[in-house]
Amino acid sequence: MVQLAFYFFAALTLGGALAVLLTRNVLYAAFFLLLTLFGVAGLFVLASADFLAIAQIMIYVGGVLVLVIFGVMLTHKPERPADTNSQQPNRIISASRFAKGAGWIIPVLVVGALFVALQTLLARANFSLLDQPAGWQNTTPVIGKQLMTEYVVPFEIAGILLLASLVGATYLAASHTKPSRHATR
Amino acid sequence: MQPVNSHLFLLVGAGLFSIGLAVVLLKRHAIVVLMGIELMLNAVNINLVAFSQYDPNRLQGQMLSLFVMVVAAAESAVALAIVMQVYRHFRTAQLDELNELKQ
Repeated sequence: MVQLAFYFFAALTLGGALAVLLTRNVLYAAFFLLLTLFGVAGLFVLASADFLAIAQIMIYVGGVLVLVIFGVMLTHKPERPADTNSQQPNRIISASRFAKGAGWIIPVLVVGALFVALQTLLARANFSLLDQPAGWQNTTPVIGKQLMTEYVVPFEIAGILLLASLVGATYLAASHTKPSRHATR
Repeated sequence: MQPVNSHLFLLVGAGLFSIGLAVVLLKRHAIVVLMGIELMLNAVNINLVAFSQYDPNRLQGQMLSLFVMVVAAAESAVALAIVMQVYRHFRTAQLDELNELKQ
């Protein structure tokens, strides 16, 4: 049963990521990213990290993905329909793959070599720790205790980082034309 | 309720990292490249959590992946603001067309 759920979530994760890679539409890529993030949350539950699964759904799906969809909709360009090259940012499915769009061969080779290297590394590593099964446990009390004792300095630094980055993002995304003209007159 | 073998988590993490790297290298829209970076960060988080279930008293891997999530949220906010400004300046978000410093 647990194995079946694991394979379901793993297929959801990898299938969503492959769909992000293969789709042409940017908005569809954002929605397939939603599938991938839910799959990763399910994998967190199966690795007995329940707090992190809820944090994953709340941070990524509730925050980052909404930001990404806003960004896609604000930078979408409906004009220039004749320029199919910019509307279809995927070089794999483009028809002129051998004429001018041959730049995808080297990245695919690099990525395939990386995956094969990681797989052989995992096959040869022989982690003795991973052979014994880990029990299920509730991680929320331990995380709360760790955040207040051992990781209190990184916790505060993360708070300051979030504040500074969000203020900076607001300043960057604002348009600077109207307030200056209004202040001078 | 036998837990899943942890090698499979590492394999899923390796596959997700490779696909994220492929998205970063192959796509040409700036926001899709950001999505690829998010995929790679998620792959790293899967590996950290898979190793952290053998450390139930300190949970160092899960703490690190929690901070990775915080930094990823801050990074995506700042990066999307920069993409917004670039789009407002150049009227495009395709990375191949951004080949001038000033316009």
